[in-house]
Amino acid sequence: MKVIIGQGSCGVATGAKKTAAEFEKLIAEKNLDAVVDITGCVGTCYLEPIVDIYGDDGALTRYVKVQPENVAEIVERHLAKGEPVKEMAISQEDQQFIEKQQRVVLRNCGVINPENIEEYIAADGYKAIEKVVTSMTADEVIEEIKISGLRGRGGAGFPTWFKWDAAKKSPGNEKYLVCNADEGDPGAFMDRSVLEGDPHSLLEGMIIAGYAMGANEGVIYCRAEYPLAIHRLEIAMDQAREKGVLGKNLFGSGFDFDIRIKAGAGAFVCGEETALIASLEGERGMPRLKPPFPAAKGYWQKPTDINNVETLANVPWILYNGGAAFGAMGTEKSKGTKVFALAGKIKKGGLVEVPMGLPLRDVIYGIGGGIKNDKEFKAVQMGGPSGGCIPASLIDTPVDYENITKTGAIVGSGGMIVMDETTCMVDMARYFLDFTRKESCGKCNYCRIGTKRMLEILERITEGEGRDGDIELLEELAVKIKDGSLCGLGQTAPNPVLTTIKYFRNEYEDHIYKKKCTAKSCKALIKYDITDACKGCTLCSKKCPVGAISGEVKGQHVIDQDKCVKCGRCLESCKFNAITVE
Amino acid sequence: MSEKGCCCGHTMDQQFTELAPVLDKYAKVPGSLITILQKAQDIYGYLSFDAINYISQATGIKPAKIYGVATFYSQFRLKPIGKYLIMLCKGTACHVNGADTIEESICEYLNIQDGETTEDGLFTLNNVACLGCCSLAPVMMVKSAEGDETYGNLTKDSVKEVLAEIRERA
Repeated sequence: MKVIIGQGSCGVATGAKKTAAEFEKLIAEKNLDAVVDITGCVGTCYLEPIVDIYGDDGALTRYVKVQPENVAEIVERHLAKGEPVKEMAISQEDQQFIEKQQRVVLRNCGVINPENIEEYIAADGYKAIEKVVTSMTADEVIEEIKISGLRGRGGAGFPTWFKWDAAKKSPGNEKYLVCNADEGDPGAFMDRSVLEGDPHSLLEGMIIAGYAMGANEGVIYCRAEYPLAIHRLEIAMDQAREKGVLGKNLFGSGFDFDIRIKAGAGAFVCGEETALIASLEGERGMPRLKPPFPAAKGYWQKPTDINNVETLANVPWILYNGGAAFGAMGTEKSKGTKVFALAGKIKKGGLVEVPMGLPLRDVIYGIGGGIKNDKEFKAVQMGGPSGGCIPASLIDTPVDYENITKTGAIVGSGGMIVMDETTCMVDMARYFLDFTRKESCGKCNYCRIGTKRMLEILERITEGEGRDGDIELLEELAVKIKDGSLCGLGQTAPNPVLTTIKYFRNEYEDHIYKKKCTAKSCKALIKYDITDACKGCTLCSKKCPVGAISGEVKGQHVIDQDKCVKCGRCLESCKFNAITVE
Repeated sequence: MSEKGCCCGHTMDQQFTELAPVLDKYAKVPGSLITILQKAQDIYGYLSFDAINYISQATGIKPAKIYGVATFYSQFRLKPIGKYLIMLCKGTACHVNGADTIEESICEYLNIQDGETTEDGLFTLNNVACLGCCSLAPVMMVKSAEGDETYGNLTKDSVKEVLAEIRERA
């Protein structure tokens, strides 16, 4: 029997390593015929740690939320006696989280051991590159990608074949392929999952791209915040070199390709291609004017193509199964599948891969199970700091590049942060502006100073100091920042503000004119009170960190509003629903 | 290494023996400055002005330029850090799930603000953009010589328990 434990960052964070150690210990103690192995993240992060047990007949039993204390029972009953512990296995409902998806990019994540190249090969790995270098010309490869309709998964949705073709046609022998693995959108983690769970699919995708454009060197620019991803990539590269699928004269074709990793150092602006190149060259990551585009003059002034992790991880599947098979999924203009990182106020958070064009409702309710604690769905934020908030009224919007862009948000890298009635939309706008203001490289005045001014206005609105004309001022600044910025960061930074004004203008007006936060989240605009439902249990006064609550035992307590810091601990601690927020 | 100091007359007394092999490997490879700074920070925990001057001498890159690169990226620190580095995730999912209240709780418990170190030199708090564990929000990672440990689904109280446990262990 085989015991496979999911050890992506999310699994490890919930204690998967301790669970694995417990399995190993008990299996050794009882001298059982079972091996313990690892895999990446299967995507159901809310169920971690996840343990898959394959019987000798190949039957799979999946256990969820397995903490070390649960291991003994599974070992005793399943491994020793061969009786699966049904009550600890994944429920039918949770099983559907995965079954309702269509997995191309995540096809191996949570299935194979990412640290063992043999398992990738057994799953048809490195067959696409073999086919490509032994039987296809570079133009044929580019044509296949064109047929597939694959577009960049990093944010802009630019046709992938076009970039490859441009780099191929650029004169020169020395060309570079760069993989952008600097997943900067706070709230997206699909690239991390692919890097940790299926690094070989990225390597294979890069080799194919290198072959198509005539590059012999690839560079992976990976976030330093993802140490496990870098570690697994290094293992994968060593194994690939040993197997002869990376390095010199691949499959006897005479084509050489090698890859190295460069760890990024934390700068959101490096998602912009020219800034990323500057960073690769050891400089401050500041964008420059285009043209020349990187396809003509990129890394060390040589023709360079930059693709994101998810884009490249699609490539081996496309070449192996044919561009038409990929193109058959999705919509007319947005082909294939897309991975979304579902998080926020959602019941089942994790990674979801679905065909493009599926309505938002099917993702959020059908797969994600709806809103946490059955609160009311308010909006979903897509595209991170460059995107926007899509309100509940547009929940039937199909998720593809065109339709999402129409709402004012963008598909972006695929972050989907779900918000409920307790999320203040003005505060969300403030949050994103705080982010872009910090991350602006400072080159363009409008981006550097404009985002700061917008942030100041949003701060004063959330602090109850909003003024008449603030909304109009925000709108005016937004247009100027978009027009006056060189790169995507500045050009999209106002989007979170514009979309929240567009769909939630009433919340802005309530903050400014009525000094009221409908979501009851902006501290300056709320007030805690104790009603006569109070039994005088004194718990809240003990929990209050500033001693603002007083009262006799068994008598109604009161909050001293001058002392109250609005931390909400009293509300959380009260067992009698006697505390109100207004 | 040479004992030559910078132009202000300040001399370096630290021997950068651990950094020397890194520079032997990367000093003359174009575009390696960020890699060198990362390795230097891994070794010493932060980038001191002496370290920057030392790197400058080995690479021929001006200290001002190294300083410019070091201050551009959020990863680099110019001040020493505590034994345990708390990286509190301020990503969107964590924000929506109350990362600000977790920060308040940490600040209250340790009596420091973002970027500061406790007086006993045990903890440094750093807010970070995103740790990529969004479905476990709110999340923090604690980095130390013992390794990196990630804690998810934090609450105002559980975060204090985690820190108390570390403090006891240390």
